[in-house]
Amino acid sequence: MVETIIFVLMGLAAIAGAITVVMARNPVYSAIGLLGTLFAVAVLYVLQLAHFVAAVQVIVYAGAVLTLFLFVIMLIGVDKEENREENLRFQRPVVGVLAGVIVVMAAALTAFGDFDWVPASGAVIPEVTNGTIQAVAEPLFTDWVLAFEATALLLTIAAAGAIALAHYRRRESTDG
Amino acid sequence: MVDPSWYMTLAAVLFVIGALGMLSRRNALVMFMCIELMLNAVNLTLISAGRAMNDLNGQVATFFILVVAAAEVVVGLAIIVAIFRRRSTASVDELNEMSG
Repeated sequence: MVETIIFVLMGLAAIAGAITVVMARNPVYSAIGLLGTLFAVAVLYVLQLAHFVAAVQVIVYAGAVLTLFLFVIMLIGVDKEENREENLRFQRPVVGVLAGVIVVMAAALTAFGDFDWVPASGAVIPEVTNGTIQAVAEPLFTDWVLAFEATALLLTIAAAGAIALAHYRRRESTDG
Repeated sequence: MVDPSWYMTLAAVLFVIGALGMLSRRNALVMFMCIELMLNAVNLTLISAGRAMNDLNGQVATFFILVVAAAEVVVGLAIIVAIFRRRSTASVDELNEMSG
């Protein structure tokens, strides 16, 4: 019962935030809407016992990524009007139709789809340990250790690439 | 316990909103936020599927998606800033040439 109430509240909050992201004229409002969605989704993670992932979601997304977004928005300037002139006139109606089709399909799947959730592993994970740091770390450092190292490499490359892009200058200006 | 398909439906709705924004907005930053929205929807799907199947690998996959999304944001925003310094615009409609 409690789970249902929290699910409805947080689901509505997530959808409201997502709509804000898409509809807001001002990119700062979009960023704040995204923040709301991220927090709501983090609560939904906790609801499904994914405590560690929820904490990472709040720290990485709401903490780091959103700050970066706001920083870039401030750097670029928020008061610039978005160009309302249409270069592809048919695009927006097509988007509307496409979205309607997808929503109808998702609703039909939920209403009539016969989901059969089969446990992947024979061993039942106790609810208490499900999603704690120890429980997540065990598959992370055994089955997925190669992917873990690959993401470490990826993060290093991304940081180096971002610094290279930030230091990029046109050749003429460095010569002159 | 809320049925996992409800979480799936919520994730589908969030994904559709993100895709819709991605297709209809012109500001590169807002399009980027829509990508984050879609990634979050997929994460929610993985978590609820993992919960339904009593399998922790869904959470591990979510963890990896979070890391990749963070890397993607860093590089993407750096590119947007680089473009803005060159062209003084963040609107994708005005970026219609391959040459710098």
